[in-house]
Amino acid sequence: MTLAPSAATTVPGSGFWPDVAQRLLRDRVAVVCATLVVALVLIEIAVAAGWLARNWRDEVAIPYAPPGLDARARSEPAHPREPGAGQAAPNAPDLGDVDPLAARRSEWHLASGSDAGAEAPRDAMRPLGADRLGRDLLAKTLQGGRTSIFVGVVAALMATLIGSTLGALAGYFGGAVGDALEWLYNVFESIPSLLLIFALAAVLSRGTATVVLILGLTGWTGMYRAVRAEYLRHRARPYVLSAQALGVDHRGRILRHILPNVSHVILVRLSVLVVAFIKAEVILSFLGFGVPADGVSWGTMIAESQSEILAGRWWQLAAAGVPMALFVTAFSMFTDSLRDAMDPRLR
Amino acid sequence: MRRYASRRLLQMVPTLAGVVLLVFALFHWVGPDPVDVLAGQYASPERIYLIRHQLGLDRSYAVQLGIFLRQIVTFDFGQSWTTGEDVAHIFATRLPASLTIAVPILSLEFSIGTVLALAVASVRGSLTDRALMVACNVAMSISFLIYVIVIQWLFAYRLGWFPVQGWSDRLRTNLTVYAPLPVLLAVLINLAPTLRTFRTFVLDEYGHDYVRTARAKGASEPRVLLVHVLRNALVPILAYVSLALPGLFVGAFLLEVFFSIPGIGRELVGAVYRGDFPVIKASVVYLAMLTMMINLLTDLAFRLVDPRVRLT
Repeated sequence: MTLAPSAATTVPGSGFWPDVAQRLLRDRVAVVCATLVVALVLIEIAVAAGWLARNWRDEVAIPYAPPGLDARARSEPAHPREPGAGQAAPNAPDLGDVDPLAARRSEWHLASGSDAGAEAPRDAMRPLGADRLGRDLLAKTLQGGRTSIFVGVVAALMATLIGSTLGALAGYFGGAVGDALEWLYNVFESIPSLLLIFALAAVLSRGTATVVLILGLTGWTGMYRAVRAEYLRHRARPYVLSAQALGVDHRGRILRHILPNVSHVILVRLSVLVVAFIKAEVILSFLGFGVPADGVSWGTMIAESQSEILAGRWWQLAAAGVPMALFVTAFSMFTDSLRDAMDPRLR
Repeated sequence: MRRYASRRLLQMVPTLAGVVLLVFALFHWVGPDPVDVLAGQYASPERIYLIRHQLGLDRSYAVQLGIFLRQIVTFDFGQSWTTGEDVAHIFATRLPASLTIAVPILSLEFSIGTVLALAVASVRGSLTDRALMVACNVAMSISFLIYVIVIQWLFAYRLGWFPVQGWSDRLRTNLTVYAPLPVLLAVLINLAPTLRTFRTFVLDEYGHDYVRTARAKGASEPRVLLVHVLRNALVPILAYVSLALPGLFVGAFLLEVFFSIPGIGRELVGAVYRGDFPVIKASVVYLAMLTMMINLLTDLAFRLVDPRVRLT
């Protein structure tokens, strides 16, 4: 069946996936990109497991501490205490009869005094700088990456599940089922995707899960079209007809016979979606429909940095933008290599 | 041709019905109760009843769908829930600003993309070509938002060549003062994917026999490129542009938000934020209609550009 001209460079007969793996291993770009992606994903898994960047909310540095490695550069406490705090100021007028809160003042002073340990001296520099609250940007970008990659991957899986299921049904059965699904596809395709996203954002509540839902529900059409075309091509192939003659039912033919033969299309589309959704999350978060304010993602970090950069504070933009660009570039270049490795005739 | 057009128009009806049903289901069934938006937290039961009655929410879904259909046909979506402005008036007054940036973006991107694609294709396979393609790949993987932030900072804030944001009432001032930066930004951002796609279109044409024939006849390389190749490559390029048109128009919506341009996009984002359903419903339905019409017109235009295209 395959007329691959590159047969001379691959060991024939070892099966499709081993062949793909072999071609990928020979592709230096693919190896480098895959290593990078895997490394980043492993780091983010460590973050998700709580081994890394767990205390990213701690305000360890002065606000907007610039990036730098001088760890000993300590500043004065960020909010120096008012002189005389903790004990009554000697010449303060006695307001006991007019101030209804006077009776509790000393109590509060004591309470705040016991908290003094929390006001540890803050760092004047952090490896990647600090944000408005003095939170370390390295930890923050690790946490943000976790959210962004999670959103991208889960939303892509969701869109893939919807798109490939509907596409397989439409392509395999055709007829009335195909027409109905084709109608659904046309409906979703005729609404510009950003508008559909807006409409969903308007009716759903805010939150990270909503972002996943919005992207998954709007992004499945491309997958549907590709998978449907593949199933259309495959459903009358001799191997499928033989399976039918042997008494394999529809379910078996769709899942066990055709699916493995079109899985490479799904895989490539899936990785394209991951990249697209990671980028979409940034836009959604900027518009305020994305990750909520108490969470962090690369999108919220970039959105925060818009005002910071006007004051020359570029480090949050760099801390979020560089890892994101790195991940997205590596991922999409690997996807290109993967596509070439799976279909050498395309080269 | 006429028969084809009328059949296509008929085929649009079920799709349009689907769009209407989808929007209806989203806003009347999935979405939150409009009373939450309209009446506030401490509304009296009478007021809630009044609002529900006014919007027809106390009727059956069938009647509500009927109301929605009448709104679509009569272009009367009532008033914005938060500002009380007529929805039709909102669109009419915000459209000029949107067009002021969308039209220059479209024409510039299309022409620059075509010219650059021809230039790159004529040096295909060279180091310049490959370097440019790698640059396109890298450029495409940087977030849209980063470009906006950095370019806004560099050109408007640091260099002061353009105002950071703003808008006036006069078209000329808008075009010369406020529009250039968002337009430049959009063209820069879209150029990488456009160039990459247009380049493959041009290269596809290079492989054909008629190019070899033209060369054999002694046509100069510029003539081969500009007369023979370009005319044929324009067919897929036009197809790409018309398919990208709605997305591009809507994409310009985002720029309106970043640059505070009082167009439809900024209005829409604000509407999503405030839960102003009539505005969103209207824009989804009408822009979907517009998209379908543009697709039909494109197919018809193909017939004019390329007589070989058979409309079936």
